[in-house]
Amino acid sequence: MSGLHRFASPARFLRLADRIQPWTAWTAAILIGAGLAVGFGFSPPDYQQGDTVRIMYVHVPSAWMALFCYAAMAVCAAAGLIWRHPLAHVIAHGAAPIGACFTIVCLATGMLWGKPMWGRWWAWDARLTSVLILLFLYLGYIALANAFDNTTRGDRSSAILALVGAVNLPVIKFSVDWWNTLHQPASVTRIGAPAIHSSMLTPLLLMAAGFMCLFATLLFIRVRAALLERRLRALRHARAHAPPAGGMDTGTTLS
Amino acid sequence: MTELYEFLAMGGYAGFVWPAYAVAAIVIGGLAVQSVRSLRSLRREVAALEEAQPRRPRHTRGRPGSGTGDAA
Repeated sequence: MSGLHRFASPARFLRLADRIQPWTAWTAAILIGAGLAVGFGFSPPDYQQGDTVRIMYVHVPSAWMALFCYAAMAVCAAAGLIWRHPLAHVIAHGAAPIGACFTIVCLATGMLWGKPMWGRWWAWDARLTSVLILLFLYLGYIALANAFDNTTRGDRSSAILALVGAVNLPVIKFSVDWWNTLHQPASVTRIGAPAIHSSMLTPLLLMAAGFMCLFATLLFIRVRAALLERRLRALRHARAHAPPAGGMDTGTTLS
Repeated sequence: MTELYEFLAMGGYAGFVWPAYAVAAIVIGGLAVQSVRSLRSLRREVAALEEAQPRRPRHTRGRPGSGTGDAA
């Protein structure tokens, strides 16, 4: 853990963010641009699904990011609760809305892909249902994190929810194997070579890498904002309890 | 020109492919705009409060026990 503690001080984290953020932002733009160009310009339609297969280039990366964000939050929750890492909760607070947005994109694009291919927008299928639960976990985390005036209580209770909810991640990942789901089994992250032709795998991986850089960029911005929010709360608290101008804070009420 | 129409038609699935990308762009784009905007407004608020706050004299800042009425 001592390695992580090197970045524990907010100032050092912010200096790191300043240096890396422009790079991740530009890399995200280039990778996503390339992914879209290859995905729409060079990759063929699927022999069964036709052009709807192009929805995969945004559906699958957002699904991967939705899971990755929650896993990162669970690790932060553990780091915050167990090792008292001072930045852990702030980073998890920053990541939660990003993960929630990726989950919304994953569900929406999945429905838009399911309607032409399965003939229905939604099915209470194991994969779809567990991802919907993931969205509720994200929203619950965000609500819980902001529910308390006392930041420590907010941090601790939301961290516990993040850890408890992490059990849902393997359920999502293996839902397509454990149950007989409408949703197809894994095609990339599977034992053996990916079951996708390189003409489709290339844009998919470009978009996935682009989404990862996009996540890093947004996370730096939101963690910076979360740190400022705590600074603001401290300043307001200090001002509320500051002695009146010119007077002395005797701590006792002069009746 | 027909090529453009053919491309936009997406093999007849235009009604599903383009809305999927529109949703992704709107949700993630909206998140990015909101993130940057909230960061800027927080920066302004903190800067304003830091200016308004009476600055403690430099030599007492940071020294342990430099608070008032410290029992030596």
